[in-house]
Amino acid sequence: MTTLQTRPAPAPAPDERYARRSLLSRLLTRPEVGALVGAIVIYLVFFAVAPPFRPFESLSSVLYVSSTFGIPAVAVALLMIGGEFDLSAGVAVTSSALVASMFSYQFTTNMWIGVLVSLAVALAVGFINGLLVVKTGIPSFLVTLGTFFMLRGLNLALTRSITGNVATNDVSNIDGFNSARKVFASSFSVGGVSIRITLLWWILFVIIGTYVLLRTRIGNWIFAVGGSAPSSRAVGVPVARVKIGLFMAVGFMAWFTGMHILFAFNTVQSGVGIGNEFIYIVAAVVGGCLLTGGYGSVIGAAIGAFIFGMANQGIVYAGWNPDWFYFFLGALLLGAILLNSFVRRRAEAMR
Amino acid sequence: MTTPLVRLTDAGKNYGNIIALTGVNLEVGAGEVTCVLGDNGAGKSTLIKIIAGLHQHSHGTYEVEGGEVQFSSPRDALDHGIATVYQDLAVVPLMPVWRNFFLGNEVKKGLFMNIDFMRRTTKKELLDMGIDLRDVDQPIGTLSGGERQCVAISRAVYFGAKVLILDEPTAALGVKQSGVVLRYIIQARERGLGVIFITHNPHHAYPVGDRFLLLKRGQSLGYYRKSEITRDELTALMAGGAELEELSHELQNAGADSAAAAKMLGEEVHELGIDRISSGSSGEKS
Repeated sequence: MTTLQTRPAPAPAPDERYARRSLLSRLLTRPEVGALVGAIVIYLVFFAVAPPFRPFESLSSVLYVSSTFGIPAVAVALLMIGGEFDLSAGVAVTSSALVASMFSYQFTTNMWIGVLVSLAVALAVGFINGLLVVKTGIPSFLVTLGTFFMLRGLNLALTRSITGNVATNDVSNIDGFNSARKVFASSFSVGGVSIRITLLWWILFVIIGTYVLLRTRIGNWIFAVGGSAPSSRAVGVPVARVKIGLFMAVGFMAWFTGMHILFAFNTVQSGVGIGNEFIYIVAAVVGGCLLTGGYGSVIGAAIGAFIFGMANQGIVYAGWNPDWFYFFLGALLLGAILLNSFVRRRAEAMR
Repeated sequence: MTTPLVRLTDAGKNYGNIIALTGVNLEVGAGEVTCVLGDNGAGKSTLIKIIAGLHQHSHGTYEVEGGEVQFSSPRDALDHGIATVYQDLAVVPLMPVWRNFFLGNEVKKGLFMNIDFMRRTTKKELLDMGIDLRDVDQPIGTLSGGERQCVAISRAVYFGAKVLILDEPTAALGVKQSGVVLRYIIQARERGLGVIFITHNPHHAYPVGDRFLLLKRGQSLGYYRKSEITRDELTALMAGGAELEELSHELQNAGADSAAAAKMLGEEVHELGIDRISSGSSGEKS
């Protein structure tokens, strides 16, 4: 307020005011623009230095890697815009795959039964995360850090006690496996290049997420609860329901990704998935989501996941030492955060 | 005389054995501004909370358009057309103006929101209040304090408020911005709304108010129509005339330096005419 008072008086003529907001400054206030510029630069760099990166096949495999991180990132971005985090999303992917796999194997049911049980479990985990956050008021960072460790322990302990191993049994002979694989992990060919179905799912989820966020009442509420929960409550937005719903959306996307992993590899390693939650968060932040909530875009998170996929695969294609990968990832994140804080200051103080 | 939109008669509120407010009379009719003045702890917020439906009064009566009411929630008050614009305004700074305007009351067209309608309506409603925004898509945080206040007011008006309660709308604003808000209060009055304007600044209250309720330590210090009180008398009452006089006496006894200050205070007291009103007319019903 005080800074607003000291600001010089606004320009008198409306025409002048229009002129002062150039196309560039308008563009810069879009959350995903920074990520888009970054993605183009990174693509051009790898295109220049790594000949194996250039063919369409390589792009297809980059897009595949991007989609496996991009699908959960859709929900993680929405959750972040709603002002919360979910650190349990990475291991929840593994948990979902383990539940589906072990349920169908141990109870010798149709694969789809296991898939649905797993969905119920994933939504329940999201619901519990959300409920704990809204009822206790404890930061979601801490609540989901707790559930992250719990899920991680459960993944290892239950898998070993049920299968006697660190991985689940191969489920490829179970009824319904083939149809489930068609849905979650098939591929098709475009012009001789194999495209994984997760890419289509990813695009679909990004479109749905973007529409929900920008065109529906729920989307308005997501922005609002992340931007200012007390103000939202004062005008009648059901803050608790919105937040719990967002955690459940993360649960859903984690489940979906888990199903892909299960049907792509037939068995699931109980220890994987740790650390992926940060990749989802990086994708969302690189894509323009504010850590403090209230601002961001689903398309941005998709671009963020694409940048991650390019860096991940590009380093291999370029023949660089992959040890450097996380250094680049960290530098990328830092750059994105600096850009975001600049954008946010513009958005808040610009006139 | 027509029935006032809101009338409190001898209203009071106890929190346990603490008497927060007692014996308050207040009314506001359509196209009228009633100002509630008082220092910190005078009972202004308790009074707003009663009118806004956040708390219930423990004595007296509260009537809306002639019918007695007991509100159980702010929603209840809102359904009776009584809207409160709190100091923090209940806006989300990073969201565009139109999204804030319709937040919680989004207009749907099928599954999606009718964004075009909401944008146009926001623009038009703000224009009616005299704010010409070049772009309703800009984050509301980019508006000035006064403009944000006005968005909150026009939002309340659009969603059917008949009585607006404004909780210290000018408290955090500079001189110029305060003027902007006062203009919108007058505009709201001209559109036939009743306005309850809470403030501790008599210079803001006097030009726009039709009636003035002064509160002090939970009690009514006076309730005047505009014709019954001058701006200086209002200021004097607000400044706590008796205390000023006392302070002036104390300073006079304290030494040479203080005597000069005491003289100035004494002159001011005289100028404001406190000696005239602080004894006589307090508590008078209009």
